[in-house]
Amino acid sequence: MAKAAKPPLKENKKLAEATRGVLGGFAKKRHNLIPILQKVQGKLGYLPRAAMTEIAAYLDIPTIDVYGVVTFYNQFRLNPPGRHSVRVCLGTACHMKGGHITLDAWRRRLNIDARQTTPDREFDLDTVACVGCCTMAPVTVVDDKPEGQVEPTRVDGILLAFENERKARAKDKGEAV
Amino acid sequence: MKPSKAATAYAVLRERAATRWPARREGTVVMVGAATCGRAAGALEVLDAFRDEIKKRNLDVPVIEVGCIGHCYAEPLVVIAKPGYPPIAYGYVNPVIAERLVKEFILGDNPCPEFVLAALEENDLLPAFADFPRARYENKIILANCGHIDPTDIENYIAAGGYESLAKALDTTPEAVTEEVAKSGLRGRGGAGFPTGRKWQTCRESPGDTRYVICNADEGDPGAFMDRAILESDPHSVIEGIIIAGYAVGARRGYIYVRAEYPLAVARLETALKQAEEFNLLGESVLGTDFSFDITLFQGSGAFVCGEETALIASLEGRSGMPRHRPPYPATQGLDGNPTVVNNVKTMAYLRHIIGRGADWFKGIGTPESPGTAVFALAGKVVNTGLVEVPMGTSLRQIIFEAGSGIPRGKRFKAVQIGGPSGGCLPESALDLPVDFESLKDAGAMMGSGGMVVLDEDDCMVEIARYFLEFTQRESCGKCTFCRLGTKQMLETLTEFTRGEGKLEDLDTLEQLARDVKAGSLCQFGATAPNPILTTLRYFRDEYREHIELGRCPALMCLHLIAYYILPDKCERSCDACVGSCTVEAISPDKKRLKVIDQEKCVKCGTCLTACPPQYNAIMKFSPPSEVPAK
Repeated sequence: MAKAAKPPLKENKKLAEATRGVLGGFAKKRHNLIPILQKVQGKLGYLPRAAMTEIAAYLDIPTIDVYGVVTFYNQFRLNPPGRHSVRVCLGTACHMKGGHITLDAWRRRLNIDARQTTPDREFDLDTVACVGCCTMAPVTVVDDKPEGQVEPTRVDGILLAFENERKARAKDKGEAV
Repeated sequence: MKPSKAATAYAVLRERAATRWPARREGTVVMVGAATCGRAAGALEVLDAFRDEIKKRNLDVPVIEVGCIGHCYAEPLVVIAKPGYPPIAYGYVNPVIAERLVKEFILGDNPCPEFVLAALEENDLLPAFADFPRARYENKIILANCGHIDPTDIENYIAAGGYESLAKALDTTPEAVTEEVAKSGLRGRGGAGFPTGRKWQTCRESPGDTRYVICNADEGDPGAFMDRAILESDPHSVIEGIIIAGYAVGARRGYIYVRAEYPLAVARLETALKQAEEFNLLGESVLGTDFSFDITLFQGSGAFVCGEETALIASLEGRSGMPRHRPPYPATQGLDGNPTVVNNVKTMAYLRHIIGRGADWFKGIGTPESPGTAVFALAGKVVNTGLVEVPMGTSLRQIIFEAGSGIPRGKRFKAVQIGGPSGGCLPESALDLPVDFESLKDAGAMMGSGGMVVLDEDDCMVEIARYFLEFTQRESCGKCTFCRLGTKQMLETLTEFTRGEGKLEDLDTLEQLARDVKAGSLCQFGATAPNPILTTLRYFRDEYREHIELGRCPALMCLHLIAYYILPDKCERSCDACVGSCTVEAISPDKKRLKVIDQEKCVKCGTCLTACPPQYNAIMKFSPPSEVPAK
């Protein structure tokens, strides 16, 4: 794996500033660590190192504690998300109805693995333990909307819809498709 | 006798709510089931279609977004209540049907029987839900409101009798409330079945000035969605329960620990909590009494183990969710070392009914050891998927074959997976077991929180054991060596089996290791993680042997052990359905225009099998792959 390039200093400053903007609303209590992380991730889309350092300083706890919590919970991510998020449900019902085959189809089409983002940052792919729509199995949550009965052909359908949307967007901007 | 403060304050609320939500409405109302499962089926589009159509025609018909009535197989579901007709539920509704219903039923007089699922009340015109086989077994208590009230409007809940039990509880002493719950025999619905009353008594008697109540809504079991449905459809019933629990144990603050994977449930709870505060059901001096109580909503961050109460508390304290040794139990030393009661969503939802109707009424339902009802989320290979609430002691057969109408497409029942990763797979011979805490435990499974996934002959038992181990191995917090390394080793062994590798002796090693992990883990997560292996080994050992000895998967499911093949004598030359359907372009016609699968390219996704027209039915699965006829 290629070592992640350190973001330029300016970017770091911006991230730290955005984090500080969120921190103001919370009391300086360890109990608030998880809500803070959720809010910061909600704003930045992920938890970069600069944000974690900032949070640790604010709560007066070691940075490693923040990092430990971030890596313990599945919801927190260390890399920036794509424009569209694709989360394949791997609950029991989805698995038995071919959720892993659906995941394979997404992997094949997007050419990335779970927990990765496409190089153009258009899509990120992840799995989720269960979204509780077991009766619609196999489910894929696309941009927070649960889609039922997503089989390999439906994967292609969803991607086609996004592709058309992207073309329309490009056309609106007057760019060449 | 002069009515008490709480009763007077409640009477005012009730009266105001009743004017807005009368028991019988004058006009027509449309209710669209828009819980997460409904949304996945397209309920929001249906909602928009109704609103547009009604607006276009300038009708005065409210369209309400409700929760889930439990008949999830027929989503999206819409209930139309029109004076002169019983309330009618329509299933599989889409925007086009919505438009027709507005035109023909709301404007006209045709209830469109072709789209009707059932009427909600018995009548002479249409079949009712009461005529369904499952109605014979169902006894809805905590699901009674779900899908029938507007979850975003507290007054709808109050008009339906909500918060009456809270007012009643506040009129008695906390001791009396605890006593009543203890007398009812209510057992924790999170899976372990610990008597709720006893937990409360312990908490009350533990020394300390500060006490907490936590509602465990971290429903992490894959395959379970009962708590989600209740939170999305009837959030106030849970909140009322938490306030009652808080009053009984003497807490000033409560928490709801809810999964962040349930965004709609979080949103519904946020709205509900705000409304409860506005109505003085939360905050300083609840309903004008001396009792004050607040509830904080806390979102989990995706860790299965946080459903374990000590891990949940660690998570609330801002740490990694690692369980700790019990005792001390949270009831004596919980959040920040203070006595804390942790109860599941369903346990909380029962409280208002127990206080309202009394402990004796509750004890009259279910079995003596496990009183009350059980809520199951039926999913998998069963015709009527959805939520069922049946009295404890109902048999598995009745739930699956009567309430759930059996297995679809004439397939044979193979097993039922109960209790998620902590539960087990029970075979046909266990179907007559009554469902209660003890019987399921004896059979090697457990009640769990109530997920029930039905498996048929196309499901491989080795694969399902591997699936659960993959899950537990990933979710193990890593504190205990047996759980951390044992689950990994067990997963590797099972993965070998699903590839047709491994030796027969491995079966015994696997079984031994499973017992060791059970014994060597601190919390229930590790102690129950081997259950899927132990039950499948116990009931389906032959299937394991077949994988190892013959390299064959009898259910034709393990991808490494199967191959797809197109039968030349059945393939139709003029048809290209499979060629177009193949997601990896592995199918091409040969010289005679018969289609052939390139086994090297094939990813075994099974799309071609669905695509092949039924009149040809030319595609077949083979196991082991060496069975595929050579050219």
